[in-house]
Amino acid sequence: MTGMVETGVLGAKVEEKLFQNRYLVDAGRPHIKVRPHDTPSKALRSLTYTCPAGCYSLNDKGQVEITVDGCFECGTCRVLTAKTGEIEWEYPRGGYGVLFKFG
Amino acid sequence: MDDTSYVGMHYRSEDFNEERPNRYTIIRAQFDKWFSRKVRDAGVVLLCETTVKELLRDTHGKVIGVKTDRDGGTALADVVILGEGVNGLVGQRSGLRSELKPDSVALAVKEMHFLPREVIESRFNLKGNEGVVIEAMGTITAGMTGTGFLYTNQESISVGIGCIVSDFAENGTTPYGLLEAFKNHPSIKPLLANSECKEYAAHLIPEGGYKSIPELFGDGWIVVGDAGQFVNAVHREGSNLAMTTGRIAGETVVWLKRRREELSKANLAEYKRRLDETFVMKDLKKYRKIPEFLHSNKHVFGLYPRLVSAAAQTWFRVDGADKLTKEKEILRSFRKGRSLPGLIGDAFKLARSWR
Repeated sequence: MTGMVETGVLGAKVEEKLFQNRYLVDAGRPHIKVRPHDTPSKALRSLTYTCPAGCYSLNDKGQVEITVDGCFECGTCRVLTAKTGEIEWEYPRGGYGVLFKFG
Repeated sequence: MDDTSYVGMHYRSEDFNEERPNRYTIIRAQFDKWFSRKVRDAGVVLLCETTVKELLRDTHGKVIGVKTDRDGGTALADVVILGEGVNGLVGQRSGLRSELKPDSVALAVKEMHFLPREVIESRFNLKGNEGVVIEAMGTITAGMTGTGFLYTNQESISVGIGCIVSDFAENGTTPYGLLEAFKNHPSIKPLLANSECKEYAAHLIPEGGYKSIPELFGDGWIVVGDAGQFVNAVHREGSNLAMTTGRIAGETVVWLKRRREELSKANLAEYKRRLDETFVMKDLKKYRKIPEFLHSNKHVFGLYPRLVSAAAQTWFRVDGADKLTKEKEILRSFRKGRSLPGLIGDAFKLARSWR
């Protein structure tokens, strides 16, 4: 994963947590896309800390970007931006995405 | 819980060591494998690694199957039972139900911590196939509506925390930061000592309750499980509701087929009639006002746990103060934290929502 990594109250790096997990990444076909925007809404910006996998980050222009590799397909980002319509959300193609070892 | 203490209620009983135990902790990846083998043994064809994209309808709007992401991947059916989980995109995009609301769905994060079986048994006082479930609330959710949980498996401990999605957005706390803080709480940390974390996961839980239950059946379709909002947030029950709604959907369809009845909306209403007679609908109806109560009374998750914890500390601390003085101090702290009318009002609201 690239981009800024949010840290928790105790400096917990989400990146380190994600190393435990197993994914089959559908390279070049991200299942979630952030629609082009100039200024993100409050809801879109909130994804930089609400996403449990830390997939969202702000770029130097203040726009929200996504790297889907660590995604749990939980749907939090979809629910939060359903009203603003700022992201496109699909499940990965059959067979791809997060593979829960335990669930 | 407050930041340094917890006040708890425990229940343990030898009576639970029955021939057929009444509840289990399960690891879904293992359970799902076992269950899919069972259904295949019963003659079912399972299509894995396939994503359903949309419902197929005939010219009258009756659902007649699904379209998948496989090449030429359509599957025709007499009835489609939608067990597509909390996100429920297929049903939502086909207009069967509306989008989830951020204030009636929770985001839970969980880690799997591994320890040798003997360590878990001695740490939690367990023998045989016994297990422990801990549900926790208080300052651990940083003022948000939510709970922490910990449960034992044979060789692992599942530990996690969940809060309402809109609360996370307003609060600014990261879910993994909240989980780290919970794991480091002085009453949780020793339970996890020396364990190895092997997975970190996140999931949404529909917590809107009875009032968020969508249309459950139509011409050629039925909804079961999380997609139908079948979660009892108060009792932390969901898997059993999913299993029960799934079983009743199956039984209803078999019953109609045996009678050679059409799987129309009017006939599939039998599913809802049968559900209404079960604990699923009865419990959700009983607690229909609870989600709103919990969401609009944040005192339950911050102030009250703090007050109860402080009261317990005042009461149990041996410091030379006499008991009457201690009682007065406890009462004073409650009235200072939340005026007398406030206390009575909260108790009244809770009682009314609970009924």
